[in-house]
Amino acid sequence: MSDKIPVTVLTGYLGAGKTTLLNRILTEPHGKKFAVIVNEFGEIGIDNDLVVGADEEVFEMNNGCICCTVRGDLIRIIEGLMKRKGKFDAIIVETTGLADPAPVAQTFFVDEDVSARARLDAVITVVDARWLKDQLKDAPEVKNQIAFADVIVLNKIDLVSADELVDVEKNIRAINAYATIHKTTHSAVSLDAVLGKNAFDLDRILDIAPEFLEDVHVHHDESVQSVAINLPGDIDPEKFMPWLNEFTQAEGPNILRCKGILSFKDEPKRFVFQGVHMILDGDLQRDWKADEVRQSKMVFIGHKLNRAVIEKAVEACRV
Amino acid sequence: MIDASESLTQRVEPLEAGEHVIAARFIGEQPVLALAGGTVTLGMNHQRVQPHGDAAILVASSDDTMLLTGGDDGKIITTKHDGSSTVLGDEKGKWIDAVAIGTSGATAWSTGKKVVARDGKGALKEWLAPTTAQGLAFAPKGYRLAISHYNGSSLWFPNTEGKPEFREWKGSHLDVTFSQDGRFLVTSMQENTLHGWRLADGKDMRMSGYPSKTRSFSWSHDGYWLATSGADAAIIWPFKDKDGPMGKAPRECGVRHSKVSAVSFHPRALVVAIGYEDGCILLCRLTDSAELLVRPAIQNEGRVTSMGWNKTGNRMIFGTEEGAAGVLTLP
Repeated sequence: MSDKIPVTVLTGYLGAGKTTLLNRILTEPHGKKFAVIVNEFGEIGIDNDLVVGADEEVFEMNNGCICCTVRGDLIRIIEGLMKRKGKFDAIIVETTGLADPAPVAQTFFVDEDVSARARLDAVITVVDARWLKDQLKDAPEVKNQIAFADVIVLNKIDLVSADELVDVEKNIRAINAYATIHKTTHSAVSLDAVLGKNAFDLDRILDIAPEFLEDVHVHHDESVQSVAINLPGDIDPEKFMPWLNEFTQAEGPNILRCKGILSFKDEPKRFVFQGVHMILDGDLQRDWKADEVRQSKMVFIGHKLNRAVIEKAVEACRV
Repeated sequence: MIDASESLTQRVEPLEAGEHVIAARFIGEQPVLALAGGTVTLGMNHQRVQPHGDAAILVASSDDTMLLTGGDDGKIITTKHDGSSTVLGDEKGKWIDAVAIGTSGATAWSTGKKVVARDGKGALKEWLAPTTAQGLAFAPKGYRLAISHYNGSSLWFPNTEGKPEFREWKGSHLDVTFSQDGRFLVTSMQENTLHGWRLADGKDMRMSGYPSKTRSFSWSHDGYWLATSGADAAIIWPFKDKDGPMGKAPRECGVRHSKVSAVSFHPRALVVAIGYEDGCILLCRLTDSAELLVRPAIQNEGRVTSMGWNKTGNRMIFGTEEGAAGVLTLP
């Protein structure tokens, strides 16, 4: 498990500061060697020994799952990189500003050869504080990138007022309730904020930001939103798991990501799940602590999710 | 089970590779290893040459006279048995995704969508595939190249102006191979299956049931059988009849609790060398499924990545992912 190469995916709309963040990561004195996969049309030079140009070739898997797209070029590049083991410790994939992060993420779950050798560490999305509001109106890609993020680097905060910044954060939270947000200028975040997050590891799933579980009425983005649910007490896995499977199969194309920490009846351990579109992964993890309130928390992020329907279905699984 | 008396392990002489073996082949009687770090080793006493400098070798092919390698430096280089090398092409630092060798000294390579064919006299022809070219294979006769890509494969006559002939089949096609009589084209696919076309009438053949991708093909010397990797046994499809494998079940040779990662048919007999993910290598005779152990599973030496026979078939070379290698000499 642990000798799998960690992969950080760096997304963000044009001009948000992705390349600045990338160069910052590469030049910090961390003693790590990175293989960097950039899109072929990147303009700014990247200061690194091992830089690979990718053509972002997305294709559908012919497996009956319509939302199951992968990056064919990434499969080839990672296969090629793995022949040079020992030359690098981690991989960073920088996507174009217009890219949908889903195919990148799914590549690490769907392709066996890739998933045997590399693991997705986290999706980092750089957001331009100044222009986010306009971009949310005009650029659907920005919503997807925020929806997919485990970590959001909210950049260029020096260009907005304190009130505007609060607004921008609300906009982000309406789309993604669980990502960690770091507010910066010039993409200046500490490396441990963006690397080694294990955000896709069920063992290390980050707790879902609790404040947003209570406040469900931040202004809604109509096309992409988070539906967060918090149920005190236990739920019945015999009811919940079939529902979750059915729901993700039926709504897969609309669900960008989901995560949850569940309290199952008569189960001393927490059940943790997460998914990308139709791909679902879940397992029993650590014990509930004695002083911990047993409750089930989950977040679904996607398009056209019907909050009332989801709430009702989950509510019906309560013991 | 394998009887110790039926073991050839004592007849394997180790070779020091030390890094991921991309190709293990014979050029004439010279055992040759192409290594991921850019080195080519020649002979049993490890003469080392660096045709790609310190760039990586990504893909390789060979025939009786040369090794053809494509690197992450964008170079396509042939190396002869004496270690001399010639640069055939330079794609300016772009990764070479596939290479192929044809008859009469023809070669081909691809990077992204760009496919280049070079005839024996050195004339270059280019074609842009609709999506990235994943695999290349020359037809056994004539100057014709098959290119596998997304949603099908294309058949290109580099010396004609006409558009390559497109054979459609939905999905991502990886490696490609022609049957020896040129009647069938077979690709391996991202979706853990093989696809075949009978070229005369375009009839589709699906060869499915693999638990993982097939990344190694080998045709028997008589051309009647195609051995494939990707399952817990070598899956061997019959191509003798006019319908090829259509409606027929494949043979399974060397069933073990490890996936087959490389296959290589003996050049003169119906015997196939089968290499596994755990490093084990067996020889399996098709006629009675008799097995001989060449190499036991060895921890931490990685899967068998490549195997090749010399022309007469009394020696076989192999290499693994973690840089183990050796030469078997048959009694």
